[in-house]
Amino acid sequence: MDEKQAHIHVEDLTMAYGDFVLMRDLTFTIRHGDIFIIMGGSGCGKSTMMTILIGLKAPARGRVLYGDVDFWAAGPETRDGIIRRGGVMYQSGALWSSMTLAENIALPLETYTDLSAARIREVVELKLALVGMAGFASFYPSEISGGMQKRAGIARAMALDPEVLFFDEPSAGLDPVSARRLDDLILELRESLGTTMVVVTHELASIFAIGNNSVFLDAAKRTMTATGDPKQLLAETRDPTLRLFLTRGETS
Amino acid sequence: MTPPGELRVQRAASDRLQILLSGSWRLGEAPPSADDVQREFERAPEVRSAELDASQVGDWDTGLLTFLVGLERLCADRKIDLEKNGLPQGAMRLLALAAAVPEKKDARKTAPKASFLVHVGNESADFVRSAGELLAFIGDAVVALMNFIRGRARFRRADLGLLMASCGAEALPIVTLICFLVGLILAFIGAIQLALFGAQIYVADLVGIAMVRLMAAIMTGIVMAGRTGGAFAAQLGTMQVNQEIDALKTLGISPMEFLVLPRMLALGLMMPLLCLYANVMGILGGMVVGVGMLDIGLVQYYNETARAVNLWNLGIGLFSGTVFGVIVALAGCMRGMQCARSASAVGDAATSAVVTAIVGIIVSTALITIICNILGI
Ligand SMILES: Nc1ncnc2c1ncn2[C@@H]1O[C@H](COP(=O)(O)OP(=O)(O)OP(=O)(O)O)[C@@H](O)[C@H]1O
Ligand SMILES: [Mg+2]
Repeated sequence: MDEKQAHIHVEDLTMAYGDFVLMRDLTFTIRHGDIFIIMGGSGCGKSTMMTILIGLKAPARGRVLYGDVDFWAAGPETRDGIIRRGGVMYQSGALWSSMTLAENIALPLETYTDLSAARIREVVELKLALVGMAGFASFYPSEISGGMQKRAGIARAMALDPEVLFFDEPSAGLDPVSARRLDDLILELRESLGTTMVVVTHELASIFAIGNNSVFLDAAKRTMTATGDPKQLLAETRDPTLRLFLTRGETS
Repeated sequence: MTPPGELRVQRAASDRLQILLSGSWRLGEAPPSADDVQREFERAPEVRSAELDASQVGDWDTGLLTFLVGLERLCADRKIDLEKNGLPQGAMRLLALAAAVPEKKDARKTAPKASFLVHVGNESADFVRSAGELLAFIGDAVVALMNFIRGRARFRRADLGLLMASCGAEALPIVTLICFLVGLILAFIGAIQLALFGAQIYVADLVGIAMVRLMAAIMTGIVMAGRTGGAFAAQLGTMQVNQEIDALKTLGISPMEFLVLPRMLALGLMMPLLCLYANVMGILGGMVVGVGMLDIGLVQYYNETARAVNLWNLGIGLFSGTVFGVIVALAGCMRGMQCARSASAVGDAATSAVVTAIVGIIVSTALITIICNILGI
């Protein structure tokens, strides 16, 4: 796949809840194979941005283009088709609580492929192993810890080998080693399968370790103030808010 | 477009197999699985080593990875040395990542299959345990009530107001409908029998006593069990799922006082009022039949009802109503608090709250009736 080609393009977007405008004038491009970080302070609208990208909430204004399809102007069938080629990990895990982890991961496979039960079980085990949770297939979501629920949510998002993966704060609540391994997994999936990654995160270490493109949402200004490679942003930015964010408030 | 994934197995030497992979190994295109290799191994038990050549593999995704995991496990089981050549770099790294955290063996759960007797025994033990839990819950509720009477219970007065509105005023339409119709039905049934003796006027007695003493309370109780008991269970169950109840406990606030007490008070206070209202509706229902169909005068019907229904009837009816209210609240709250941490558990809690409440209502009606009979009232 062409690295430079745009995968998702957001144009002049306004997000709002009713009359309450959260962010306006958002324009940025996520290219194929990018690890794209959505960053910003808590409550600035990162999760909301993600709900718009995955088709759960309509933007108040503006367009989201997947390739050259206008995502929100297209009909529901087109939208479903596009979103089916993506995987989503929600901020709170959102595992189906009445199913075991294996059933959680198997559901998308059973619904959208015609693999045999044995094959599905193999895939489930592999995905769980990839997030470091081999052997937990028969557990219910309420029987595992918060961080494990997150990782199981990631395994479910990856079930169908999607073209684009959305993660809402994947490493929040994980220990440093697991968080590091998750970063490796994200990098590896991008390298080997060419998956585009859209990651909402505050973890500075991850931002610099994996991100090669990003957008910064400024809560006070109610718009984006920067987009680009986070390492480059850190080196070049003159915006005090962004600098504060990227240096954890340490002025030097 | 690469051709679909293909697997070829051939003998390289007497004890060595060569496994050649080619084409596109995508999950959606149903590539071969490790089982195919297993058949080859079984056909050649003397094989000690195998060589995997994947240099001809085109596109790949999870389909290739699951094959490799299966193959590695197969070789490990059969103590066969596996030499891997020409694998895509990415696949090697992903496999390494998947193997980085060893499988948690003791985490695997094996549910032993219980025999019939064990099953019966467990069910009986569960029944005894749940009876104990019921008593403990009632005890806790009484303690909370005592604290309330001493003015020491901690809950928000605003909650009590909202709950009283939701299980009082907002229940009026459904109570109106149900009790009006029950009065009407009773009058119809009575009218057919009483008309045989020319005693139509006693329809007023029948409807009046039945509604005031019993039916209004039971019907209202059952309506509230479905409407409010289920809602209580779902609310508290969802709070349990979200750890909101744990958050209350760690703050040192008793969920019994904060959540159960206001619900119990609200239903206990509102039920007698609803019953009173239901009485009027039931008598109106009977009156429609009496006046409209049996040609009894309006005043005559009223006088007959007033003569038949005494204060004892009213008192027993309102007392039953209060008891039912407390039962519905307790059943709803108890099932909610016992709720496990999943969405389907919340559904189960709501269902069993309604069932428990209705059983409780019927059993306590029987008890009250027997006691009244013995006391001769
Ligand atoms: N359903 C909703 N209705 C109205 N306002 C909402 C709703 N959901 C979120 N908001 C508001 O939108 C803002 C952004 O919420 P969002 O969840 O997108 O934040 P976030 O950037 O993901 O924060 P965090 O990093 O804490 O997860 C918040 O100020 C919140 O008050
Ligand atoms: Mg969020």
